[in-house]
Amino acid sequence: MNERPFDEGGLCLIPSEEGIPRALLPLDLPENYLREARFLKSSGARLKGIWGATSETPSLYAAFLLKEGLVVLSLSLARSTLSFPSLSGLFPAAGRFERTVRDLFGFRPEGLSDLRLQTNHGLWARPPLSDPDNPLASDSPSSPPENYPFVRVSGEGVHEIPVGPVHAGIIEPGHFRFSVVGEKVLRLETRMGYTHKGIASLFHGRSLAEGARLASRISGDSAVACSLVFSQAVEQAAGIAPSEGSRFVRAILLERERIANHLGDLGALGNDAGLGAALSLFSRLRERLHRTSLTVFGHRLLFDTIVPGGVSASLSASAIGHLLGECDDLTREISQLERIYADHGGLQDRFQNTGILLPEVAHLYGVGGVAGRASGQAFDARVDHRGDPTHRFAPALSLDHTGDVAARVRIRFLEIFESLIFTRSLLLHLPEPPLSMALPDAPEPREGCALVEGFRGEVIGWVRLLQGEVLESVHIQDPSPLLWHALEAATPGNLVADFPLINKSFNPSYSGTDL
Amino acid sequence: MWKLLWKILKTGNLTEAQKTDPGCATPSEYRHSAAIRHLDAGSCNGCELELSALENPVVSLGSRGLSFVASPRHADILLVTGPVTCHMREALEITSEAMPSPKRTVAVGDCAKDGGIFRGSYAVLDGLPQVMEVDVFVPGCPPKPEEIVEGLLRAFAEKKQTT
Ligand code: SF4
Repeated sequence: MNERPFDEGGLCLIPSEEGIPRALLPLDLPENYLREARFLKSSGARLKGIWGATSETPSLYAAFLLKEGLVVLSLSLARSTLSFPSLSGLFPAAGRFERTVRDLFGFRPEGLSDLRLQTNHGLWARPPLSDPDNPLASDSPSSPPENYPFVRVSGEGVHEIPVGPVHAGIIEPGHFRFSVVGEKVLRLETRMGYTHKGIASLFHGRSLAEGARLASRISGDSAVACSLVFSQAVEQAAGIAPSEGSRFVRAILLERERIANHLGDLGALGNDAGLGAALSLFSRLRERLHRTSLTVFGHRLLFDTIVPGGVSASLSASAIGHLLGECDDLTREISQLERIYADHGGLQDRFQNTGILLPEVAHLYGVGGVAGRASGQAFDARVDHRGDPTHRFAPALSLDHTGDVAARVRIRFLEIFESLIFTRSLLLHLPEPPLSMALPDAPEPREGCALVEGFRGEVIGWVRLLQGEVLESVHIQDPSPLLWHALEAATPGNLVADFPLINKSFNPSYSGTDL
Repeated sequence: MWKLLWKILKTGNLTEAQKTDPGCATPSEYRHSAAIRHLDAGSCNGCELELSALENPVVSLGSRGLSFVASPRHADILLVTGPVTCHMREALEITSEAMPSPKRTVAVGDCAKDGGIFRGSYAVLDGLPQVMEVDVFVPGCPPKPEEIVEGLLRAFAEKKQTT
């Protein structure tokens, strides 16, 4: 089945019952992989992730997002070389993904100039996910972690500030290397991999239910988005579509996660800019959401609420009333806070013209989500794709062009209000009690992929199922790796003291990056 | 500005009444207040969300005499989340060594207890007890804020097994 989703005239993606149109395109030859990638680039596609898998054949996967939908290329690698062509010349974000594939699987990116270790910190003798019988995979170089060669900036008065992996505060671990002159940042380089937990190996051989639990814990703040994308990919592989009721409940859960995280980010941004009261005012609303989630859905952070085939919670009439009341209260409270933020000279002074991500840079790295929309990238999977029954209430696209911290703050406010209206409509039009569907089994391995608009941006999922509903390989790609590129591009030229504010305004997940 | 002041005034005090647990007696060495250094040893960040929630006005950790500090040298309690990834082991040990004695170690979340859902992976060390002695465990995935507060207060009372 080597169908091209493209013909000369344009695209033909398979429309899907739930979520956005998507296509999986298996390829055998490196030339074809490169040709398809070039074609995708010329069609305006954005690279969303590259990952490896070792099933019967070692394979490489690359996910691209077009306005029309999601395309996943899969390339089978020759055992005798284990090499694949690097896409770093076409998509600058490809390099780090390819370095991770090299670190973990021992596959070799041909044409990639930066071959520093990425996810492997030099503690393993051979790539941990490589085929133990293939001697080729073992020659990945390992170097002691302290010798990681950061790019040096030279010149009079230039010095480096190393920060991390342990940061001051309740933050995940990662390393930042600033090259500064005086107070000004000349260059920022991030180094990740500290929270690498071997998620790919943990998925292997698990049942679907266990897989959904693990997906909830890839990045705790995106538990709904990750378990939803996992479930949708499984459903595509199994060829089923969940009931309309479950899709509505899933959409409500996804919006709750978005609202809670946006509230947290807005409070933290106000706090970092010197308005301590903002943190209290926002975190109190967030706490209220978590408490409602616990009573209505059984978990404060909505872990394990989405399972392949449906959802694990249903909504009683009184729960719907409770959620509607909460929507009204939040709308009122957040409107007041939005006015306070807009009128506060001190806050706006810190937010405006700080950490500017230029639209062309956002486009270059394929940055979507809040950060992308604040820099003129008009993508939102909830808005763009009409397949889903919830689309008739879809939120309006929030868009800004200035690309500074202030724009990312504005986008978050806009999105919260849209999410509240969206949630309200979903609650008022809930079609039927959500029913979970059984998944049909099939003897041959099946693959599926999916995309979900999480609170940070587009989350990609891909699964390969074996007979008996056992997971062979799974990859869930959070947008965070692209946000690190965005952060590195937006920081130079700013004061070191503004970095926490800029970082918070992008808020990438370390755990979602390192996997 | 007046909008903000009015909002703060109208919001009032939201902190919930403290439940006093007889198991949470306070030894004199801490004198009703303790500083916490949090260390994420590879968590999924779910536990971090609940740690941040401790500082909201409803739970209000500060009103119980507990606060998070930036430097391990200022800390009495090392609070660890996550399954302890291979890549965080060294940083964890350095942080712990930098803390003055007497100190307490609190493992928050199922991951820190025994690796939790990530147990058995090549990249994790299956929990904090594999690396250092733990005084108090707060199980849960993630534990609720009240449970974390309760665990922290218990750390005051619990005797260290060895000195
Ligand atoms: S205990 Fe649960 S919430 Fe906490 S880090 Fe582990 S998986 Fe995440």
